[in-house]
Amino acid sequence: MLNDALRDVPHISLLGTTGILFEAPGLFDLETQRRIWSLAREAAGWEGIREAAPGMTTLLLTFSAPFREIDALKARLEQAWENAEPDHRQGKLVEVPVIYGGEYGPDLEAVAQAKGLDIDDVVDIHTAGVYPVFALGSHPGFGYLGALDPRIHMPRKKVPILRAEAGSVAIGGMQTGVSSTAGPSGWNIIGRTEKRLFDEQRDPPAMLEPGDTIRFTAQRVQK
Amino acid sequence: MIEVLTVGAQTTIQDQGRLGFLRYGVGCAGAMDAVALRCANIWLGNDENAAAIEIPSFPFKVRALADTHLAVSGADSDIRVDDIPFSPWGRLALKTGQTLHIGAPRRYSRCYLAVAGGWDVPLVLGSRSTQNRGSFGGLEGRGLSMGDRLRPISRPERSVPLPPDETWLGFVPPYLALPDAAVSQDGECTLRVLRAGEYGHFTEAAIAAFWQTPWKVTMQSNRAGYRLAGETLTFQKTVEMRSHGIVPGVVQVPPSGAPIIQLSDAHTAGGYPKIGTVIQADLWRIGQAPLGSVIRFVEVDYEQALQALEKIEHYLNALRLAVNDTWDAVSPKEQT
Repeated sequence: MLNDALRDVPHISLLGTTGILFEAPGLFDLETQRRIWSLAREAAGWEGIREAAPGMTTLLLTFSAPFREIDALKARLEQAWENAEPDHRQGKLVEVPVIYGGEYGPDLEAVAQAKGLDIDDVVDIHTAGVYPVFALGSHPGFGYLGALDPRIHMPRKKVPILRAEAGSVAIGGMQTGVSSTAGPSGWNIIGRTEKRLFDEQRDPPAMLEPGDTIRFTAQRVQK
Repeated sequence: MIEVLTVGAQTTIQDQGRLGFLRYGVGCAGAMDAVALRCANIWLGNDENAAAIEIPSFPFKVRALADTHLAVSGADSDIRVDDIPFSPWGRLALKTGQTLHIGAPRRYSRCYLAVAGGWDVPLVLGSRSTQNRGSFGGLEGRGLSMGDRLRPISRPERSVPLPPDETWLGFVPPYLALPDAAVSQDGECTLRVLRAGEYGHFTEAAIAAFWQTPWKVTMQSNRAGYRLAGETLTFQKTVEMRSHGIVPGVVQVPPSGAPIIQLSDAHTAGGYPKIGTVIQADLWRIGQAPLGSVIRFVEVDYEQALQALEKIEHYLNALRLAVNDTWDAVSPKEQT
């Protein structure tokens, strides 16, 4: 069984009769992701495709009706990937003001302790990063971001909490992100923002889109 | 209009779901048993995507605040209008002041209460379904509670006429009409599955266990997913998966080795290996599998999965014809 990174051809697999999953070969990096965005834009216009939803160097296509010519679709995906040029869209910069620590960031202290850092160091490192939005997914408006500084990587919790409040800013493994809706979470919550990145009454409902970048700013740090 | 008198947890408004917003992280929500939802709507001459009340906990009781045409489908429940027993899988006219009582199912697990015209809640992102994560859609983005009042959308002029008040219609439920892979006598539910991306990552023993051993629906199962208990499914080697989009029916296997079938309220993306996907044509059977019941998986190919979907459409077509014929039989043609 090949590790994803070692595959040199795309991996395409069925998700029942409702969708098909494309996994890009090669490294997990922004350049590969830019080709995924191109592929998504093209495939979204194909007949019979309801939606093209990028993941992390992956692309889910859902069907508007059961797709009969599934082998032809696979071949078309492979061909389109061959031809996909990186999409160098210039996204917008989204600033997210965060209140770090205290009741808003109950896990900030644990992250600092685990990493042998001061709370202020963790905040400085987190706010120093500029995070590209690779894809949206998981829950409404949530962005998968790249490039969290390894000094504040922190494994997910063994037991997820049942409710992280809307606006939670958290670290999960080597990723960071903002949840605009309340829900269960296994990530380490280091702060909270009042900025909402999702509004179901808007079109599109998510404020982020792939290609944007996020920067966190420290509104204040509670200890 | 109706008023909710008695209601349990997680009773929500659902249509066929919020489709086409995965790229914003918005899952599809929607009825867990879409076949039952569509049946109830057909009986009432509604659009098949009209919103109904999905009832997973019982008893559920409403009072009519005006004469109301309703249909009940789904689980095999004890249904009464005032104190008079009523057949499940049928439509009925509730007069002002009458109550409808839906008791605990004898079999299966979810009932749908539809109304002529569909329940009037706002359309959000193309759907009236209640979105659990984000708390929008449905009735104020939440489950129903005692005292809630719901009214139907005014019926469009050209919809199928309703039966006279004295008429009720009962129908053959899909678990009789669509017997293949259906719930067997001993209460086990067999689900048809297509292999998914990481099928080859599992050990031979895991593959054998997946197809050949029973799986119990644990109490941690809900609209987000059914968590199954049984053999531990082991991997040949662990592979870090990148987050990718998923759909209802995907069977994920986290490191614990206990499979989870992702369902209507699932997250839109996942990172666990996928052993298979329950075919779309059998998702309604999961929606009707009670907590504690036993599930088995059987492998099919893509062509068989498509044929299974066609069978459902044939069944629903037959229902549409029957509804129209029945109306013709009980009433002279209206001159409009």
